[in-house]
Amino acid sequence: MKLEGQVRIPSGCAIAAVISREGNRMSGEMITNAMKPMHDRSNGLGGGFAGYGIYPEYKDFYALHLFFDQRATRKDCEAFLKEQFEIVKSERIPTRKIPAITDEPIIWRYFAAPLKSVLADLQLDEKEFVARTVMKINTGLKGAYVFSSGKNMGTFKAVGFPEDVGTFYRLEEYEGYSWTAHGRYPTNTPGWWGGAHPFALLDWSVVHNGEISSYDANRRFIEMFGYKCTLQTDTEVITYVMDYLIRVQELTLAEAASVIAAPFWSTIEGKTDPEDRHKHTYLRTMFPSLLITGPFSIVLGFNGGLMALNDRLKLRSMVVGEKDDMVFIASEEAAVRAMEPQAENIWAPAGGEPVIIKVKDGGF
Amino acid sequence: MLLNAKNLHYRALNEALRKTSDDCTVTECCGQRYIAAGMSAKNITISGTPGNALGAYLNGATITVHGNAQEAVGDTMNAGKIVVHGNIGDAAGYAMRGGKIFVKGNAGYRAGIHMKAYEEKKPLMVIGGTAGSFLGEYQAGGAIVVLGLGAKDNEIVGYFPCTGMHGGKMFLRSDCRNVKFPNQLTARAADKTDLEELNVYVSEYCDLFGYNLHEVLSSPFTVITPDSKSPYKQMYVAN
Repeated sequence: MKLEGQVRIPSGCAIAAVISREGNRMSGEMITNAMKPMHDRSNGLGGGFAGYGIYPEYKDFYALHLFFDQRATRKDCEAFLKEQFEIVKSERIPTRKIPAITDEPIIWRYFAAPLKSVLADLQLDEKEFVARTVMKINTGLKGAYVFSSGKNMGTFKAVGFPEDVGTFYRLEEYEGYSWTAHGRYPTNTPGWWGGAHPFALLDWSVVHNGEISSYDANRRFIEMFGYKCTLQTDTEVITYVMDYLIRVQELTLAEAASVIAAPFWSTIEGKTDPEDRHKHTYLRTMFPSLLITGPFSIVLGFNGGLMALNDRLKLRSMVVGEKDDMVFIASEEAAVRAMEPQAENIWAPAGGEPVIIKVKDGGF
Repeated sequence: MLLNAKNLHYRALNEALRKTSDDCTVTECCGQRYIAAGMSAKNITISGTPGNALGAYLNGATITVHGNAQEAVGDTMNAGKIVVHGNIGDAAGYAMRGGKIFVKGNAGYRAGIHMKAYEEKKPLMVIGGTAGSFLGEYQAGGAIVVLGLGAKDNEIVGYFPCTGMHGGKMFLRSDCRNVKFPNQLTARAADKTDLEELNVYVSEYCDLFGYNLHEVLSSPFTVITPDSKSPYKQMYVAN
């Protein structure tokens, strides 16, 4: 098949998320059901999920999920990993054969920790080392692709409709305190397993509905800091931008949201609170190349929480609802109702207004 | 006719609606798109959450929703009435050229974008709560009313209302002290003639949702209209 750069596919998407503020774990069944009323927002060329809190028995290890094109590639990749990681468990990710999902690659997961001696030699902290290893495999080892690399979380994605992808990966057998989901309707790039959402790096995962017009400007900037955008898709660059702003630059989630969905200068000038005006002026001045323009609605998943955000012009739909300790986010209210028919306080956040939900302290 | 929409695809639902000439009640609606698209002479009552483009191209039917509606309500509608006892999503009344939309609660972004009018065709949208940014973007005709009921300290409209407006009329139940309008428009306090016109629109809203007309009208209203027939005449070239 033709991959990114060889073909441009013109064209919406669907996103959904759920989180328990108490940290109560729920199976992946609810999030899979959320995607059903939004079926027509996808075209069967990609679906995926991220679950947080799903690997408590291995929570101190990075859960590396990989696609391989063949057994030999897996053997090469394992030899490479063993030089730098202690692998405590390695297994095929359990799947269910269904007619709707075909042509699956070899799908494997490793629970691993970087070797202390390697980190000491390289003088790198653990997360930076893992991020660099992911980049190295995804750009250098043909036929291998790391699609999830966080602790106590995992993404699951495939070519197909999202509800089928959920069935394929047996998500009802996992339990997490938060879940995100995506149904793909590819714009510009082909639908293949690696290109499905969520895009993930370390414990960040992004599901995205939209088509950003600043992709190349964002990519050129972020690639100066060691990130390699391999897929020509806007969601990948958003994931790296968030990792850079929050992990590397140590911005808060809300500040990072103000960088990528910055208010217009006229709106900043009109702000009556001088401190707020100064903050936005500072962020736009410091990170002009990370302003993301064009339509997007995203949910950023991380250990202990979720952040939902719309582009500043709000060119995509997104609603939030609640019920007891649960918070629901989706492209359509119908998806929220599919998760919780009695959901309350349904509202649509404004463009550029981040909605940040965290599990209570000690809850995850 | 009673239609349970649970697990029903939108095509099947719409086909059932089209087949009958009776009034219909749709229950357990969950995201089905294009409900009643293009339909005329029929009353449709919906409970649950209808999907995007509810009443698109509507041509005379009356739709009542007990719940919220999603994006693009009344897209390009030509005639009829849509009544929503809840909130509506973005781009409601997109390019509508006739008929009426009444929303009890709030509207999302871009409500009334590119509404238009021609001779006897004069669309009307009344939003009981607040409206998001870009209200009445490129408005070319018809009337948009925002009442801000229950808005409390929130602004009645978001940012950039009336951007590119070049026709029609907007009524905002506020003195709009903090609202910035584009230069080629006039925003002024409603006068007696405006209030007479408004009275017609608002009394229908109050009848539908049980509000007291006198109380709703006893607040200052701002009326926004384009400065001239062609406010953008010399923006680029003389024409």
